[in-house]
Amino acid sequence: MDLYARRRVVNTVILSLSFVATAIGLFWLAAILGTLITHGVGAMTPDLFTQMTPPPGSRGGLLNAIYGSVVMTAIATAVGAPVGVLAGTFLAEYARNSRFAEIVRFINDILLSAPSIIVGLFIYEVMVLRQGHFSAWAGAMALAIIVVPVVLRTTENMLSLVPGGLREAAAALGTPQWRVITEISYRAALQGLVTGVMLAVARVSGETAPLLFTALNNQFWNTNLDGPMANLPVVIFQFSMSPYADWQTLAWGGALLITVVVLVLNIAARVIASWSTVKQ
Amino acid sequence: MKSDSPVPAVDRRSRDDARPVPVAPVRPSVAAAVPAPSAIVAPAPTAKIEIKDLRFYYKTYLALKGITLPLYDKHVTAFIGPSGCGKSTLLRALNRIYELYPNQRAEGAVVVDGQNILDPKQDVNLLRARIGMVFQKPTPFPMSIYDNIAFGIRLYERLPQGELDGRVEQALRRAALWDEVKDKLMQSGLGLSGGQQQRLCIARAIALKPEVLLLDEPASALDPISTLRIEELISELKSDYCIVIVTHNMQQAARVSDFTAFMYLGELVEFDQTSVIFTNPKKKHTEDYVTGRFG
Ligand SMILES: Nc1ncnc2c1ncn2[C@@H]1O[C@H](COP(=O)(O)OP(=O)(O)OP(=O)(O)O)[C@@H](O)[C@H]1O
Ligand SMILES: [Mg+2]
Repeated sequence: MDLYARRRVVNTVILSLSFVATAIGLFWLAAILGTLITHGVGAMTPDLFTQMTPPPGSRGGLLNAIYGSVVMTAIATAVGAPVGVLAGTFLAEYARNSRFAEIVRFINDILLSAPSIIVGLFIYEVMVLRQGHFSAWAGAMALAIIVVPVVLRTTENMLSLVPGGLREAAAALGTPQWRVITEISYRAALQGLVTGVMLAVARVSGETAPLLFTALNNQFWNTNLDGPMANLPVVIFQFSMSPYADWQTLAWGGALLITVVVLVLNIAARVIASWSTVKQ
Repeated sequence: MKSDSPVPAVDRRSRDDARPVPVAPVRPSVAAAVPAPSAIVAPAPTAKIEIKDLRFYYKTYLALKGITLPLYDKHVTAFIGPSGCGKSTLLRALNRIYELYPNQRAEGAVVVDGQNILDPKQDVNLLRARIGMVFQKPTPFPMSIYDNIAFGIRLYERLPQGELDGRVEQALRRAALWDEVKDKLMQSGLGLSGGQQQRLCIARAIALKPEVLLLDEPASALDPISTLRIEELISELKSDYCIVIVTHNMQQAARVSDFTAFMYLGELVEFDQTSVIFTNPKKKHTEDYVTGRFG
């Protein structure tokens, strides 16, 4: 067999293997989505969005859990995203090559990959035990801790992509550094920054472990942030483990809902990210 | 870089005696003999900037080995020399833009209107507002054409809207860009062509009414027409500014500049009136370079 024929055979083999690997990956993704949709679509009724979580055997929906998830995710983002953006700005614009920046970056990477249950336990220890009760605040803080490293990382990456020439050009006009950052770097990286925040929202909206230890759950409508609050992930966890068929159906509905929201957030993040390239 | 050229390294003495030369030819009698139009019409030029024994370090690497050079007001000075000889480095020392990078450092003095601007007490932002700079690659800001120009003005002046509009228009007109963009001022500056972007950057620089304009190969990425436009613009602007231009294009240097500094390996080899540098240089090295025999 000559060299060329051999190369073709090797190429075909590798190509087939890659194809199979891709197919396996896609198969599971499709299988998960398929299962979610077949089981969850039945729960997608107006009730799901208007009724509270029911006791077993009666009709109900997930309104309190949806509300809780939205509120805690919003607070977590409002607290975590600014911290992440500012810290990312510090690393990319002020401390770029310093030793301190390297240390911060390293710690952030650890935080980024730390199991979220540890974050939940930490908040349980410092907030829940001290206050003596579960609360939405604690849940939001646990989620905020997860938001920070995600946003920090994307912010730093996106700001690093801003060409140095742009900063030089702004500085050459006599622009103070803080205005170079806020009016030039942020503007140039805006789409990336928004994308990072949206990905962080997508990430925390499905987190269960940190909420189990902090916000716990609540079967009733509750707007008091100082008390336990229902939320989709924990409700899904509780309902799907239960022996009651109607609870299980609601759990599928909640799971489908979260998946759709995460999907929409990811697509939106991609669309926003693509705008920047189109404009340039 | 061809370091195996027949020309020996330049010694300090030869640079020192190069300095006073440019002043001599502008006396009327001599100027008449020299075919440099600017020298005939201009009175004796005054030095806007005096660079004195400037040494520049990238970390430990000495990129400028003691440059002494005047830059005349209302004249164009060209820096020429082979790649890596330190032209950009010298330019970037004049507005202290190198300070954005922690490992870069300048020693010696750059005296602008009698003030050593390398003095740490000099406020860099005020300095940079007085000394405009245009880079080799166009760097429009990610905002509208109008805001690209207004950005710099707003940093230092609070103007009523009408007056600001006027300043923006004036800058765009001077940069020969107004007619092309007057109907799309609110569109993104990133949507312009390369040549238009470069003229936008020049407009942005002159909108601040700086006293000095530093241009680092402003036309190297442009087509011949845009290049011509920019050269015309430089000739026009020089009645108000002290202009310094770095260029690899000998014809361009000959066309637009009144004085030329030839640099080699971080040293100033020769500085004189452009007509002298290109027709009758004192140094063999300069002659070899401008005639294309080395470089
Ligand atoms: N950021 C930097 N770090 C270290 N060395 C540098 C840096 N920038 C330039 N140098 C070095 O300093 C010397 C002068 O560089 P400079 O950019 O001033 O040359 P130049 O004359 O502008 O060249 P060109 O015509 O190619 O633009 C070169 O030897 C270069 O390698
Ligand atoms: Mg250069």
